[in-house]
Amino acid sequence: MSEQSAPGADGSGRPSGRLLEVDDLRVEFRTRDGVAKVINGVTYHVDAGETLAVLGESGSGKSVTAQTIMGILDTPPGFVTGGQVRFHGKDMLTMSPEQRRRIRGEGIAMIFQDSLSALNPVFTVGFQIAEQFRVRRGMSRSDAKKRAIEMLDQVKIPNAKGRFSNYPHQFSGGMRQRAMIAMSLALDPEVLIADEPTTALDVTVQAQIMDLLGELQRERQMGMILITHDLGVVADVADRIAVMYAGRIVEEADVYDLYRKPAHPYTLGLLNSIPRMDEKGQELRTIKGLPPNLMNIPPGCAFNPRCPMAQPVCREKVPPLLQLGNGRASACHFAEELVNRD
Amino acid sequence: MGRYLLRRLLQLVPVFIGTTFLIYWLVWSVPGDPFAGKCGDRGCPPNYRAMMTEKYNLDESIWVQYASYMKNLLQGDFGITFGGREISDIIATSYPNTLKLAVVALAIEAVIGLGAGILTGLRRNGFLDNLVLVSTLFLIALPVFVIGFVLQWLLGVKWGIINPTVSNEMRFSELIVPGFVLGSASMAYIARVARTSIAENRRADYVRTAIAKGLPMRRVVGVHLLRNSLIPVVTLLGTDLGALMGGAIVTEGIFGINGIGRQVLRSIVTKESATVVGIVVVLVVVYLVMNLVVDLLYAALDPRIRYE
Repeated sequence: MSEQSAPGADGSGRPSGRLLEVDDLRVEFRTRDGVAKVINGVTYHVDAGETLAVLGESGSGKSVTAQTIMGILDTPPGFVTGGQVRFHGKDMLTMSPEQRRRIRGEGIAMIFQDSLSALNPVFTVGFQIAEQFRVRRGMSRSDAKKRAIEMLDQVKIPNAKGRFSNYPHQFSGGMRQRAMIAMSLALDPEVLIADEPTTALDVTVQAQIMDLLGELQRERQMGMILITHDLGVVADVADRIAVMYAGRIVEEADVYDLYRKPAHPYTLGLLNSIPRMDEKGQELRTIKGLPPNLMNIPPGCAFNPRCPMAQPVCREKVPPLLQLGNGRASACHFAEELVNRD
Repeated sequence: MGRYLLRRLLQLVPVFIGTTFLIYWLVWSVPGDPFAGKCGDRGCPPNYRAMMTEKYNLDESIWVQYASYMKNLLQGDFGITFGGREISDIIATSYPNTLKLAVVALAIEAVIGLGAGILTGLRRNGFLDNLVLVSTLFLIALPVFVIGFVLQWLLGVKWGIINPTVSNEMRFSELIVPGFVLGSASMAYIARVARTSIAENRRADYVRTAIAKGLPMRRVVGVHLLRNSLIPVVTLLGTDLGALMGGAIVTEGIFGINGIGRQVLRSIVTKESATVVGIVVVLVVVYLVMNLVVDLLYAALDPRIRYE
């Protein structure tokens, strides 16, 4: 397979002073039915103070990439078969388990999608936050409790002191996600990975949580990776967007550029499928077909069976992720034409 | 929690009355003359018959008998045997032995069963896992008396490592083998339930969260995983606790332990109805209290139950 060189990086594969870099990462799931190639050469990076949104349908590999960064990939069935994940220039995939553990929480922290199952049901929310201070910082019980209440306060949970000793099931969904955020930020991480943080919430609460995340990210100058399948969530918060399809980045661009002029037909399809007020009553535009079976990815461009622009070349050659200038990149044979059209 | 406890205690009252009446009725309505064979070949003298009939209200209806029995019982009077011995005395001498044996069996179940379950649940399909699966199947399949007699013969008779029977002092060192025999099947079940429970929760989201927090593996398993996985194990241990406290007719018999199980068996055979009822009433109370303790433990382990 012909593959692209690392975009965004300096191309040498050497430390580039970046906070977190994923470089040509490859992950496969070995199951009884066969091998599913879930991540096929993903490259992206995030620097301090910026938010990268990773966009894609379920099964596109966005969460698996995040799990690999965190070191919480379920092995088996998941195996990393190539690439690097560099934190401050050091490859985490070759570190000892103990070195990796120390990075979790303090260097890179993660927020999960479903806060009800992600929080331990038999411990109080306060315990689960204070635990970070007690175990990782060696604080006394009472100091840790004080700090945990401060954290609950920071994520704007009313009556933080009283809420400290509540259990997860006594919180509403939005409050629980706030507590989850408080827990992940307890050790002041440099990078925060938010894996679909608002998917399980009501629309009104979604906006509140996204605002809170954006605010905390700016305040703390964290690098944030926001994983989502919801284009609407992305626009206000993200600086850059990476669009994933079948385990690859198909387009990467500034939020503004991407919305204004997508350089990949898949991105175009996603943007067109957002319901608009001025098209009320008309049929929703969708991307035809289904995402490919990862055990049997079509030859050439993985998107070609669904692509309205597909040409014979798309069925033969895998399009490399080409730099288009301005930090834009697209993995489409016709990227230039897409960008240059009016 | 206080209201919950009160409600549960109130629930015990009808259960207690119902079960004790059933037992009383069943035991005393066994067909045949209660005095048959009690006084040797010649039969009992009329004044003795009259006295015992009066004592147990044998010429009254079952309701009156039960009511007067309960009245005495609630004042701490268990009555006397046909031979004139205080029944409370019999219970007081044999029950501590049963308790000691039960504690040893329970400790063995909890330590070995839970230990094996946790280890194999974390690392499935290894050598240890297969060893535990096969050996637990073996223990579950074999009846207690087979395990008991085989161990007694091998360890006690052939190799002479232990005394074949337990002495009257009931030292804890002597009770290890009988305790193992008594607890063997439950130990195997506990190992299997713990294994499944650990393996299931191992992939739970909250365990993944605990790992993502950067907690040491010891803490992830020992605190986050174990607390959740213990819930079904505690249920099993709790039910078993009631059964163990009820005495072990077979194990006590094999190792010559003077426990409540042997007493109740002897009383049934010799038609000492009052003794049977007395002992079983005690066992019912123990069982009910143990059940309550388990429910409370359950609520302590799982806050979702506590706040219902």
